[in-house]
Amino acid sequence: MPDLVIQVQEVTKIYRMGSVEVPALRGVSFEVSRGELVAIMGPSGSGKSTLMNILGCLDRPTSGEYILDGQPVATLNDDQLALIRNRKVGFVFQNFNLLPRLTAWDNVELPLRYAGMLRGTREKARAALEAVGLGERLHHKPNELSGGQQQRVAIARALVNNPAIILADEPTGNLDTRSGEEVMALLVSLNRDQGTTIVLVTHDPEIAAYAERVIHIRDGRIEKITTNRAAEEVAA
Amino acid sequence: MIVTFWLALRDAVQSLLANKMRSLLTVLGIVIGVGAVIAMLAIGRGAQNAITSSIEGIGTNLLFVMPGNIKPGSNPAAVSRHLTLGDVRALADPLAAPAVADVAPLVMRNEVVTAAGESHATSVVGVTPDYARVRNYHVTEGRFIDETDQAGRASVALLGPDAAKALFGRTEGLVGLMVRVRGQPFRIIGVLEPKGGGAMAGNQDDRVLIPLSTALARLTSHHNRVDVIMVSAISADQVNEARQEVTEILRRRHRLRPDQEDDFTIFTQDEFLGTFQTITSVLTIFLGGIAGISLLVGGIGIMNIMLVSVTERTREIGLRKALGARKRDILIQFLTEATLLSLIGGALGIGLGWGISALVGKIAAAAHADIVPEVGLDAVLMATLFSAAVGIFFGLYPANRAARLEPVEALRYE
Ligand SMILES: Nc1ncnc2c1ncn2[C@@H]1O[C@H](COP(=O)(O)OP(=O)(O)O)[C@@H](O)[C@H]1O
Ligand SMILES: [Mg+2]
Repeated sequence: MPDLVIQVQEVTKIYRMGSVEVPALRGVSFEVSRGELVAIMGPSGSGKSTLMNILGCLDRPTSGEYILDGQPVATLNDDQLALIRNRKVGFVFQNFNLLPRLTAWDNVELPLRYAGMLRGTREKARAALEAVGLGERLHHKPNELSGGQQQRVAIARALVNNPAIILADEPTGNLDTRSGEEVMALLVSLNRDQGTTIVLVTHDPEIAAYAERVIHIRDGRIEKITTNRAAEEVAA
Repeated sequence: MIVTFWLALRDAVQSLLANKMRSLLTVLGIVIGVGAVIAMLAIGRGAQNAITSSIEGIGTNLLFVMPGNIKPGSNPAAVSRHLTLGDVRALADPLAAPAVADVAPLVMRNEVVTAAGESHATSVVGVTPDYARVRNYHVTEGRFIDETDQAGRASVALLGPDAAKALFGRTEGLVGLMVRVRGQPFRIIGVLEPKGGGAMAGNQDDRVLIPLSTALARLTSHHNRVDVIMVSAISADQVNEARQEVTEILRRRHRLRPDQEDDFTIFTQDEFLGTFQTITSVLTIFLGGIAGISLLVGGIGIMNIMLVSVTERTREIGLRKALGARKRDILIQFLTEATLLSLIGGALGIGLGWGISALVGKIAAAAHADIVPEVGLDAVLMATLFSAAVGIFFGLYPANRAARLEPVEALRYE
């Protein structure tokens, strides 16, 4: 297993809206090592979500190279990309993105089903929900859960296939302070206790303080990368 | 594979139940379409059966000899000769025509028959005693015309049950009463049993039978000419021999040279059947075609709903793709939904078509038309396959459109 989970080199993304070109990323390069917790910060519209979508293989870069867990992504076809999204990446969205018709249990089971797993999916999904503290809420539908609980279901869903990395785009953006803290505590403990590699986008400096490194983005470029002492001390 | 299938089915059921009203409306189009197809085919087949049995009810192994060459494709200028009592006698000769069993000539006129102040327009048919055997006629009271009536040009009449009802309001106790044809009195000697139906062969129960000799003397100006000669063959496999014998005898009697066409026409019962069957199968195809169009409209309804459903669920599709769903998975999901919808619609439609058929059968029975709609297994199979095909065909386009979306684009969709 390569030590670098993410290698991004000179990645650009240009959105075309009719004849207008909107450069959302203008050449971004960085790396994320296995086991790291990296925060991405930057003003609204600076290109954070664009970058996260590329990292999660939900979108393709206009140019540049992206190597995920040793695998150059540019060469992959649709089915291979689906496999990567399923196995290597767990994506946590700002607005949870749970399927409203399904119970928490069914929602978490979904990635296992797309993985083609036929046996043991119920147990694995239950274990993932228990790991995020929702063992008692298996049969609840999303609208029967609080925002914080919904986001924890989403994290369980991201975890359930043991991905190489968890990508969280403003995971606390839609939550009140208390549930936001709970969700962050969960992500941090996943990183500290299980060694899960995590990249998360946040506006909140307090949340960024949990990260070992913070990538600051402005106007589609990396402005600076800061190393967080407090985090290092805790890690040490 | 089986597990995948069950999961897809479960998802489809869940999603259809989540939109009960929409699913119901979608299904309705297919239900009506399939129902119409099944009912139309059943009614067409019922009509066909009714005609077949009414033609078979005329008698068995019959040939109908008519004056003039009226077969399609023949020279219309061919001289039209008449059929005479001499022809009848020649055909009845067992030495000249060994394959012929009975010969029953008849003349038929539309007359107004009166009795006890009632008048009724009907067919008056002059027949010989053999007619009863050839046509398989029985009486419910009285007797049939006999040789004495025939020889004596007796003024006697047999009433068909419908004619009896029209004139007397009953079918019993009529023997001995009088009816008038062209002002001349006829004594009723019997009432015929109902033959039923015969939608296309004319109402066989609304007629008055009198002796042929009487009819020739009183109703026609050429006392020697008959309208039709019915000939029965001695058995079913002798029909063609009988036809040949009849043709030879008539050609010789009419002094036709070998290069001349027949101046008479022979139809066998099978040819009648064939003609009517062609008519009814055209009818069935026509009805089926109309019903098929409504099925197509139902299919377009499914496509419409699938498109709406896919658009409504674009975010869901995006999310599923973000979680690792392949194009194939999305395709299967939507196809399963569409197929399930149309199969449910097909099943309900079969029920509806069956119900309509039964209803039409009841109405027809109440109207004394013995059309019994028959729901055929082939129609059911066809409708089922067709509705499944409609679901797959019309589900494929929106499903494919959904499956092609990039996850981000789909997720961004509001
Ligand atoms: N689909 C799109 N089409 C056109 N422009 C887009 C699209 N998505 C994002 N952008 C633009 O790209 C820039 C970066 O957007 P985004 O990555 O969402 O920023 P952030 O997540 O940091 O707020 C913005 O200027 C935004 O308007
Ligand atoms: Mg954003």
